[in-house]
Amino acid sequence: MNNKLSVTSRILVAFASGALIAAFFLPVWRIDLFAPQYPEGLMMNIWINGLSGDVEIINGLNHYIGMKHISVDMFPEFKFLPYVVGFFMLLGMLVAVTGNRKFLLFYLILTAIGGALAMYDFYQWGYDYGHNLDPSAAIQVPGLSYQPPLFGHKRLLNFDAYSFPDVGGWVVIGAAVLAFGVWFAEWYHQRKKNKK
Amino acid sequence: MKHSFSKSLLAISLLVAGFVWLQGCKPKGTQSAVSGDAAAKAYVAPGKYDEFYNFVSGGFSGQMSVYGLPSGRLFRVIPVFSVDPEKGWGYSEETKPMLNTSHGFVPWDDLHHIALSVTKSEHDGRWAFGNANNTPRIARIDLKTFRTAEIIEIPNSAGNHSSPFITENSEYVVAGTRFSVPIGNKLDVPINTYKENFKGTVSFIGVDKTSGEMNVAFQILTPGINFDLARAGKGKSAGWFFFSCYNSEKANTLLEVNASQKDKDFIMAVNWKKAEEYAKAGKGVKKAVRYAHNKYDDNTHSATSTIMNEVLVLDPKDCPDMIYFMPCPKSPHGCDTDPTGEYIVGSGKLAAVIPVFSFTKIQDAIAKKNYDGEYDGIPVLKYEAVLHGEVSKPGLGPLHTEFDGNGNAYTSFFVSSEIVKWSVKDLKVLDRVPTYYSIGHLSVPGGPTKKPWGKYVIAYNKITKDRYLPTGPELTQSAQLYDISGDKMKLILDFPTIGEPHYAEAIPAEMIMKNSRKIFKLEENKHPYIAMGEGKTKVERKGNEVHVYMTAIRSHITPDNIEGVKLGETVYFHVTNLEQDWDVPHGFAVKGISNAELLIMPGETQTLKWTPEKAGVYPMYCTDFCSALHQEMQGYIRISPAGSNVPLLFSTGTNLPAVTAPAATEKPATK
Repeated sequence: MNNKLSVTSRILVAFASGALIAAFFLPVWRIDLFAPQYPEGLMMNIWINGLSGDVEIINGLNHYIGMKHISVDMFPEFKFLPYVVGFFMLLGMLVAVTGNRKFLLFYLILTAIGGALAMYDFYQWGYDYGHNLDPSAAIQVPGLSYQPPLFGHKRLLNFDAYSFPDVGGWVVIGAAVLAFGVWFAEWYHQRKKNKK
Repeated sequence: MKHSFSKSLLAISLLVAGFVWLQGCKPKGTQSAVSGDAAAKAYVAPGKYDEFYNFVSGGFSGQMSVYGLPSGRLFRVIPVFSVDPEKGWGYSEETKPMLNTSHGFVPWDDLHHIALSVTKSEHDGRWAFGNANNTPRIARIDLKTFRTAEIIEIPNSAGNHSSPFITENSEYVVAGTRFSVPIGNKLDVPINTYKENFKGTVSFIGVDKTSGEMNVAFQILTPGINFDLARAGKGKSAGWFFFSCYNSEKANTLLEVNASQKDKDFIMAVNWKKAEEYAKAGKGVKKAVRYAHNKYDDNTHSATSTIMNEVLVLDPKDCPDMIYFMPCPKSPHGCDTDPTGEYIVGSGKLAAVIPVFSFTKIQDAIAKKNYDGEYDGIPVLKYEAVLHGEVSKPGLGPLHTEFDGNGNAYTSFFVSSEIVKWSVKDLKVLDRVPTYYSIGHLSVPGGPTKKPWGKYVIAYNKITKDRYLPTGPELTQSAQLYDISGDKMKLILDFPTIGEPHYAEAIPAEMIMKNSRKIFKLEENKHPYIAMGEGKTKVERKGNEVHVYMTAIRSHITPDNIEGVKLGETVYFHVTNLEQDWDVPHGFAVKGISNAELLIMPGETQTLKWTPEKAGVYPMYCTDFCSALHQEMQGYIRISPAGSNVPLLFSTGTNLPAVTAPAATEKPATK
C-alpha cells in the first residue's frame, strides 16, 4: 500500500495550511446585535488575538443587566491562540513536505479536536457571560439568562443576536474543508486502486 | 294692485338673483389651486429619506432651519445669531464667545440670506453662510455638524443685507451695507449731513479653501447709497459681482417717498478680480476699526472671540475700472445671474418691467466707454447699451429670480403674490401661479448655481392669513412647494416655517448626508476641563471658583453627590459625555440656575456656570431621555453658607460618609 500523497494533494495541503495566515489579519468570528434603537446594528469582531467593533457600546448596554465588562485582557486565549494557529500552519506544511498519508490523517484529527475545543471554549465564555450576572444589576428578569448564540440567531430581550464566522473564520473553515477533501480524495483513489 | 304686487315680486327676485350672481364672482377658495396628484408628489413614506435638504433662513429668529423636500418636514433649527436654551447655545461657557461683537454680547439678529458653498459655481455641500442684517455679521455653518462654526463681524457697515452671496469657488462671500453711515474718525455728525458725511461699503470676506475660515480681505468704499442684494457672476462673468442699490437720492428721512423719486437707481458691477489685484498691489488704505472674529473648535469644543483692529479699504478714486453703475428701474431689489453667467436680472420693486442685462454688452460698453455720465465719480453705463431686453408686463412688485437648468427664470412678485415663469433668451412669459400670500424670496434647488437641479420651486411667503389653523394674532409664515418638472407650475405642498423665511437654498440629500457627523471622538477631545473617564472626575477649588470635572454616561453622572461648595463661590460644571454611540446626547440642568441646560453630544465637553444665591441642597439631572434608566440619572449638590467648614467631597455610588462633626450650617447664623 502506497503511503505517499500525490503531488497535487501535497500542494493543496500546503495551500490550505498557508491560508491559515488569514487568521492573523482578519477577524475569525462576529457577533451582530440588532434592536429597535439600533437599526444599524452593533457588531463585535473576534480575532485570534483580540476584539474590535462596538465593544464599548455593547459593554455600556450590558451593564444594565449585570453582564461583565468585556475586555481583551480577560481572555488568556488571545495570548496563546496565535501560537496555536502558527503550530497548525507549521504542521500542515510538514504534512505537505513529508507527503505522509498517516501524518495527514493525524493532522486532520488534531484539527477536528482543535475546532471542537475552540467551540467548547467559546460556549463556556458565552455561558459564563450569560449566567454569571451582577446581583445588583438594574434590570433583573427572574429565570432569564443572556447567553449569546454559539452559532446562528437568538433573541436576547430587545436584541436579536447573530453569531457567525467572520471572513478569517471562513478562510480557516475553507482550509479545513480543503484538507479533509484532499484526504477523502486520496482515500477514494486508493480504494479504487486496491480493487483493481 | 295685484299687478303691481307681482311686479315688485319680480323686481325683488331679480335683485336676489343678482346678489347671488355677484357672490359667485368673489374669488374661489384657494384649495382649488391644488391638482389631484399633489399629495403623492410631496409624500415621503415613513422611514424614507427626502430628496433634498432645504436650508431656510429664519429672519428675525436669527436661526437657520433645515427641512426635507419634497415632504416639508423640519429636521433641525440651527441657532446662528441667536441663543438657544434647548442646546445651551449662547448659555454654555464654550458657546458664549460666538455671539460676541464689538458691541459686546449680541444674542439676536435678523438672518436673511443663505449661501451654500460652491466649487466651479456648483454646490459642494461643505458650508452654509448666513448674514446678520442688524449688527453686521456673517456666519459659516459647518454642514458636517450642522452647527455655527464661525461668525465674523463686518466693520464700516450698518445692516448687512446685501450678503452673504458667494463667488464661483467660494473665494469670497460679500457684505454690502444696507445703511450708509458716517465712516472714519468723525462718527458723531448731524443726520441731515447725509450727503456729505455718509458712505457705503461692500466688503469681500475671504474664505479659506480647506478650513473655510473667514477674514475681511478688503472693503470697497462707495457713494452713500443703500445696498440691497447681490450675486456673483458665473463662467465668463465669474470675475464680477453685481449689487443692487436703492436710495441713489441719498435720502435720510422718509425713504418710502424720498428714495422712490428717481426713475432709475443702480446695479453696481464690481470687477472683483481687479479689486483683489488692487488690494494685493497695496492700493488700499488700512483703517482702524473694531470687529469681532469668533471661531468654534470641534476639538477643544470651545469658541474663541478675537477683536480685530484693522481693515483694508479700497477707494474707487485710487482704483480705476473697478466698479461701474448700471441704471436699473425703480429701487431694484433682486439682482440675479443666470446659470450661463451671461444675463443679470434686476428686479425693480416698483417697476413695470424686469430688465435683463447682458454681460457681453456690459463688457462692450465698458470698452467703448459708453457712459451716461458719472455718479459720485463712478462711471454710469448707458442703460440701453447694456440691456439684453425687458420682460414686459410680468406682474406687480418683482423681487427675486431663480433659474432652472432649461433656460427658464422664475420671478417672485410680492404685490401680485405670484411666481412668473419666463424664458431668459426671448423674455416671454410662459406661466404664472398664485402664492398664498405675498411671496418674498423663492428658491429652485441649485437655482443660484451653474447647475440647477430644478424639479421644484419653493415660495417663501410673508403672509398666511387663512392658510392654516389660526394661532392668535401671530401667525406662522410659510413655504409652498411647486412642481416645475412640466410646462406648468403645480402647487403640491404648503409647510409652515420657523421665523420669517427670506432666502433659502436646496441641495441634493446625498451631498450632505454622507458627511454628517455621528459623534465626537473622546480621544480627540482637547477641552481643558475634560474628564477622560469616570476615574478622572474631580472637584477642584481655585480661589472662589469651584470646577466640577463631571462625566455622563448611561445612566449616571459622576460625581453625583457634591458637598463643600460655599455661597460666594461660582461653580463650573464641566460635563463630558463619555458615550461614543450615535444619537446618545446627555443633558444637564441644576435647579434654580439662571442660565439654561447643557446638551452634550457624545465625546463632547460643555460647561455650565452657576453662582448659587442660597444655601441648601440642589438637585441636578440629565434632561435628555437617554436610556431606560434616564429618570435615575440624577444627583445633588450641597451649597453651604460662606465660611462654613464642610469639606469639599464628591462621589458616585460610594456615598462618602458625611463628616461626623456638626455641620457649619447648624451653627446659629448670627455671630
